[in-house]
Amino acid sequence: MTTLKPPKSVIGLFEDEDTAADALDAVASAGFEQKEYEILTGTPYPEGTFGEEEPIHKLYRFPLIGAACGFTAGLLLTAGTQLAYPLIVGGKPLLSIPPMAIIMYEGTMLGAILFTVAGIIFESRLPRLFMGAYDTRITEGYIGITITSGEDEMPKAEEILKKAGAVDIKRGWEQTDFD
Amino acid sequence: MQEHVQLTQKQINEDLLTSVLGTPRWWWPALGFFVLVFLIGMSAFGYMLNQGVGVTGLNRPVFWGAFMVNFVFFIGISHAGIMISAILRLTQAEWRRPITRAAEVLTVFSLMSALMAAPLVHVGRPWRADLWVFPYDFARGVWINIRSPFVWDPSAVMTYLTASTLFVLIALIPDLAIIRDRSTGLKRKLYAGMALGFRGTPRQWKLQTIAGILLSALVLPVFVSVHSIVSWDFAVQIGPEAWHSTIFAPYFIIGAIHSGVSAVATLMVVMVWAWGWNKYITPDHLDAIARLLIIVATAWFFFFFLEWVFALYTLEPAEMAMRKLQVFESPWSWLFVVFLFTAYFIPVPMWLFRGVRRSLFWMFVTTILVNVGMWLERFLIIVPGLMRRSEFIFDWGSYHPSIIELAMVAMTFAWVGMGMLVFTKVFPLIPLFDIKEGMVGRDEIRIGRRIVPASIRE
Repeated sequence: MTTLKPPKSVIGLFEDEDTAADALDAVASAGFEQKEYEILTGTPYPEGTFGEEEPIHKLYRFPLIGAACGFTAGLLLTAGTQLAYPLIVGGKPLLSIPPMAIIMYEGTMLGAILFTVAGIIFESRLPRLFMGAYDTRITEGYIGITITSGEDEMPKAEEILKKAGAVDIKRGWEQTDFD
Repeated sequence: MQEHVQLTQKQINEDLLTSVLGTPRWWWPALGFFVLVFLIGMSAFGYMLNQGVGVTGLNRPVFWGAFMVNFVFFIGISHAGIMISAILRLTQAEWRRPITRAAEVLTVFSLMSALMAAPLVHVGRPWRADLWVFPYDFARGVWINIRSPFVWDPSAVMTYLTASTLFVLIALIPDLAIIRDRSTGLKRKLYAGMALGFRGTPRQWKLQTIAGILLSALVLPVFVSVHSIVSWDFAVQIGPEAWHSTIFAPYFIIGAIHSGVSAVATLMVVMVWAWGWNKYITPDHLDAIARLLIIVATAWFFFFFLEWVFALYTLEPAEMAMRKLQVFESPWSWLFVVFLFTAYFIPVPMWLFRGVRRSLFWMFVTTILVNVGMWLERFLIIVPGLMRRSEFIFDWGSYHPSIIELAMVAMTFAWVGMGMLVFTKVFPLIPLFDIKEGMVGRDEIRIGRRIVPASIRE
């Protein structure tokens, strides 16, 4: 019986964009799969700056689903309350559309916004309990490349990052950020 | 944007986290002052609860006084965040970067103040305010009256407050990660929890960028609806006929933008004076917001003019009675003159001068004047609109805000000041990642014999 070992990760820190982009190429050509390496930066760069693949997400579905839920909730609240306590005034229709539209509109927008926020967090893969290999210098301008793989692969990963010009290399076991 | 100082990420962290990681000497006295004013206001509120609304200046037929003026005023200020943040984000205006968060936070605290002014204080018996929104008799199935603007208002304001708060929180995540990396002990644990384990992967940055645009696009229609609904609080009322105006919704919205953007400009000056962030908020930024203000103020003045044209063209007795009160009877007449000059005729001609637009002092003075004027504008719509003699009104005496009322008005202003100060101690008021992104995308290019700064954008 084999025991499932938790993945280990290593991070290499780079000082500039060009070296980091070359390092990422070196990691890819060394046989590591796309899902095994990541680039970490302290600021958003234009997509593809480091030759990384474009992240695929489904965020745009979230506001649509939220809007549909919010609209339904608004409709149920406004129509339901009037039907639950029917008061005909002056022979006018029981359901008063203009005020219903206002509340249904707000419900639709609220639903869309709540689901969008949930979608942003979910699609960003947050919350992340274990930081893995990470260095606080990333938020000071250093560019980090992490390789997450089996323990046997770690020496090879460190060698590649060192050769590519990493100014520092750190291993990060699946520790929490709360250490 | 001609002025530009290229800074490293480390320098940006050091400069912009001064408010969070350190405490300036003036911070505690400033907070103490706002807390004191707030407590005085809360004491006045307690006194009013104990004695009844008779301790205010409210009386027949002026049932809406300084509290409702404050409500409309703060809803107006709250439009600052969305006007600056959402519209400038969507149009990719570079000068938005240092001011988006301050504008969004101002939105959140102003909305809270608006809620404090109207449902909490104005109703006199706030424990009954929930009856507008929640069913008050489950047993007999008596539900809320959705035909009432007092149900539309909470639904719009609460949607806007929820959306604005989430907008601020989502954009805070990368900056919380920066503070996490720079703090120790319990503080680090707290920020690590709030940062949700953000590491800065391309996926996380892409989602952050989309979040800014997508949430802006979603909050914008809410922002339009909120002040429209506030204007309908007036326009759909049966009593004051002078409020039955079809242009109230756009007129209120543009007025809100005028006062809101002015408040953001005031805040920009305060940020430079208080924290010395003059490398981030430069005269170019003030120049840009002043140009925007000239357009916004003139658009607002056009709607104000239209409202008068419609009133004078129809010559309806109710309209004319209110206009006569506003213009010919003291104290409304001189308040009307003060309003016109402070809201438009002093600031706008001054903003036409480059020296004024780029001066911290003059921008502070002119934008404060705008908000004095815009507070008076709401006062002159509400009070003369209600106090005139009309059908079935047998008592049309004047309205004088009492000291108790004024203490509660001051309380709402103190709440915004207190909230902003506490926010700056816990979170950065200038979005660090946004500034850094701007630095990454900046370069200098040669055009002919000049080297000019350029922004590189996807």
